[in-house]
Amino acid sequence: MTLLVPPAPVTPPVGPARLIAPDTGPSLGEHLARLGPLPRPTGDLPAMVTAAGVRGRGGAGFPTGTKLAEVAGAGESKYVVANGTEGEPLSAKDRALLTASPHLVLDGMVAAALAVRAGTAILCVSEGRPDVLAAVRRAVAERRDPVEVVVAAVPDRYVAGQETALVNWLSGGDAVPTSGPRPARRGVRGRPTLVDNVETLAHVGLVARFGAGWFRSLGLPEEPGTALVTVAGGVARPGVYEVPIGYPLGQLLARAGAGPVGALAVGGYFGTWIDPVRGLAAPLSDAGLGPLGARLGAGCLAVLPTDSCALAEVAAVADWFAASSAGQCGPCLFGLADLAAAVRWLLAGRPEGAPAADRWSAMVEGRGGCHLPDGAARWVRSALAVLGQEIEWHRAGGCGRPYRGYLPAPVPGGRA
Amino acid sequence: MKRLRLVVDPIACDGRGVCRDLLPEVVALDDWGFPILPAGPLPPEVVADARRAVSLCPRLALRLVEMTGA
Repeated sequence: MTLLVPPAPVTPPVGPARLIAPDTGPSLGEHLARLGPLPRPTGDLPAMVTAAGVRGRGGAGFPTGTKLAEVAGAGESKYVVANGTEGEPLSAKDRALLTASPHLVLDGMVAAALAVRAGTAILCVSEGRPDVLAAVRRAVAERRDPVEVVVAAVPDRYVAGQETALVNWLSGGDAVPTSGPRPARRGVRGRPTLVDNVETLAHVGLVARFGAGWFRSLGLPEEPGTALVTVAGGVARPGVYEVPIGYPLGQLLARAGAGPVGALAVGGYFGTWIDPVRGLAAPLSDAGLGPLGARLGAGCLAVLPTDSCALAEVAAVADWFAASSAGQCGPCLFGLADLAAAVRWLLAGRPEGAPAADRWSAMVEGRGGCHLPDGAARWVRSALAVLGQEIEWHRAGGCGRPYRGYLPAPVPGGRA
Repeated sequence: MKRLRLVVDPIACDGRGVCRDLLPEVVALDDWGFPILPAGPLPPEVVADARRAVSLCPRLALRLVEMTGA
């Protein structure tokens, strides 16, 4: 006689460690022991995800259920693309997630693929992250999935992770942004394609299991759930923290071991410099950060202690923006170089720096084929708005504090 | 009457400046020689010239699009 042993019932995660459980390893066995199998069929996933209020965690914050429903209703022979390229230099959350919980991301990809009737799900990781690639390939090899799951190693530069660039590259073209219809309409090989950030898909993998009500049991009514937040810069314990949306920013920085904060940017290099005093008192949510001109975005905090020259850090990252241009659009290719030069003038105390930075940040905004120039403009303009005292010190001969290189500004591959 | 607006594909545009030459009253150039187009509808009297600029753009980067909504 065969005894059918039902799997032990799984308790949905309690507390904020939903995506990354500190005591759970990355293997399939540990994943299933913690979360149980992905239910099949998953029910009306677009409706569940909409009810849960999941929004894209790649930075744009688009409602995920809406995108799922759009691709579900579009044509046949579709694709799901999980974007784990993490081109934002300050962000570490996607690689942390892919290393710690690769199966949860893969579950979200499979659930989404079944929901939109896509035959292939492609997980994109930057080729500059061999450790992450190895982790996800190991995970894929452990599984049997009802759709084809492919891992793609994508060229290592910021613009390659823009969704149109990913789609173009996966279709056999260059890894550069393109103009034309959105991937939901015409994506990989001209087929409707769902492109979502890997953290977004991991949340989908949880909603498919535990439902919208569970998802909403943490976070805010208008911005439910948890978010992976990278704390970077001059703190004692930099890294990735999973917190309920709405968590006090100052409390997170205390956990990360921040000392006196001189300058603070929210959203990474594609985010915004904010007033640190008001920022420390704000909740980590769009609603809490909106009055400071910022958004939660991809959840990335850049912290500069009072012992460092913030303007020099801003300048190094402005140089990174210029070097990251794919060179396709004139205002980006020429404008970001000039904008970076204007910040260098500010750093050198030259009076023409501020008007030049104002002029060129306005002149590049909205004028590229992707969001790189918009990010550069916001980076510089918001720095000018909150670093007035610093700029004054530099006009008077210098701030007397060293450049410490807290913000990494790697020169992208292929450009010196 | 249709309200038309000029748009440029920034990836295709090379900054040759033909649109500026043909439409100096509506096309400005930025500090690097690339066209800045008005966000609003074109005045009716320049629409014919705008169509000519669209057809003569050496990079086929310029388009006239119909504006929807208010």
